[in-house]
Amino acid sequence: MPARVLAADSAAGQGGAADASLAADAGAALRTARLALLRDLQLAFRQRSQLVQPLAFFAMVTLLFPLAISPELSRLRPVAPGVLWIAALLASLLALEFLFRDDAHDGTLEQYALSGQSLTWLMFAKTAAHWLLTGLPLALMAPVAALSLGVPARALPGIVASVAVGSVTLSLIGSIGAALTLGIKRSGTLLSLLTLPLSLPVLIFGARATELAINGAPLAAPLELLAALAVLGITLAPLAAAAAVRISLE
Amino acid sequence: MTWTWFHRLGSPPYIYALAARLTPWFAWPAALLIAGGLVGGLVLAPPDYQQGDGFRIVYVHAPSAWMSLMVYMTMAIAAAVALIWRIKVGHAVAAACAPIGASFTFVALVTGALYGAPMWGTYWEWDPRLTSELILLFLYLGYMGLRAALEDTQRADRASALLAVAGSVNVPIIHYSVTWWNSLHQAPTVMQFGKPKMASSMLVPLLMMLAGFTLYFVAVLLVRLRGEVLSRERAASWIPEVLKT
Repeated sequence: MPARVLAADSAAGQGGAADASLAADAGAALRTARLALLRDLQLAFRQRSQLVQPLAFFAMVTLLFPLAISPELSRLRPVAPGVLWIAALLASLLALEFLFRDDAHDGTLEQYALSGQSLTWLMFAKTAAHWLLTGLPLALMAPVAALSLGVPARALPGIVASVAVGSVTLSLIGSIGAALTLGIKRSGTLLSLLTLPLSLPVLIFGARATELAINGAPLAAPLELLAALAVLGITLAPLAAAAAVRISLE
Repeated sequence: MTWTWFHRLGSPPYIYALAARLTPWFAWPAALLIAGGLVGGLVLAPPDYQQGDGFRIVYVHAPSAWMSLMVYMTMAIAAAVALIWRIKVGHAVAAACAPIGASFTFVALVTGALYGAPMWGTYWEWDPRLTSELILLFLYLGYMGLRAALEDTQRADRASALLAVAGSVNVPIIHYSVTWWNSLHQAPTVMQFGKPKMASSMLVPLLMMLAGFTLYFVAVLLVRLRGEVLSRERAASWIPEVLKT
């Protein structure tokens, strides 16, 4: 079904030139994307330390703030949204390293580019896998960090939702940055300089949603803005990441 | 209609000569407009009834802030043109734009901070415009950093072009999210540059400065473009001939 919807979409984009081969192409692209996604997940589960590291980093950064500011929850609670989001942003930045590194190293990425399959869909699959492996665990981990900062329990669902939605965009923006810096030695600082300015809207809306959740206020507005950013990212970022990978592999 | 003029733009020696020929046509009007604007703004315009003479920094601050965005747009458009139609000159233009834009952004930030000292009593206020300007500076730095990190000119060109295009999609989002963020945390600021009820004795010098800065940008861009073309074509046979004259 999704294949047919996609075929209809792209046919509309090409002035109604719908035919069977287009539908078949879209179906093949989706199947390939699914395989690439499963492959990435499988590889990640064989190397569990890579999965745990961003989470440990997230917890570690959260721990820094009570040590640096004050152990009193009354002083930590007001800064909790900012602390949570900065920690999440940095953790997802750190995790970007795993997105393309191994695939670029062993030539898989080159094979992807040469395979004749849609590189955009493959990038989408890789980013989706990356989000499942880092963004989603971060979102599930956020309540623990939030509780340690004195955030009331009623705010937790909102925090999970905001981190889960916001990290989609972070992964997508990161995929462009990681693809552009492929093969550059010691690219860590450059990657952060490239992706952090683009991630600021996510930080703003995410921290706002968290703040509203803590205050018990309705947080639909910032959550919807986060979702809008995620949709925009899903639409455009895989295209840009695919172009970036092509440029980097040339 | 003939397209020869367009195809000629693909030729580095032609671009080099054209840039050299055009530079004075932008540099002189820029110098005259900026000189006129400075006299008009710093001497002839009356002091503001609220801000006194402090407002006069607007004659440098506002044009710099305007240019910082305009240069980014120019850079992104040149990059997109170069990326889509594979016109090499576009990459050279984009590469030449970045340091100019970063400098304008830096000037806008410094003058903004200097303006803040007497007006707000502090050098830095998390004002949405200043914050956006600071983020823009980081976008420029990222662009230049990526360009510097890639040794191969062709890859540096195309990768940074993609970054510029991606950044230009993001600039409005960043701008509006920062404005939204700021409206939650503090009252509207005192900075009201460019309000339409400005007296014409103040407005005319400002417009002269805006036009002067724009022409100055084009002039500097043309000079930098020649440098870019020279360094990119350093192995070409036409270069010794041109440099002899």
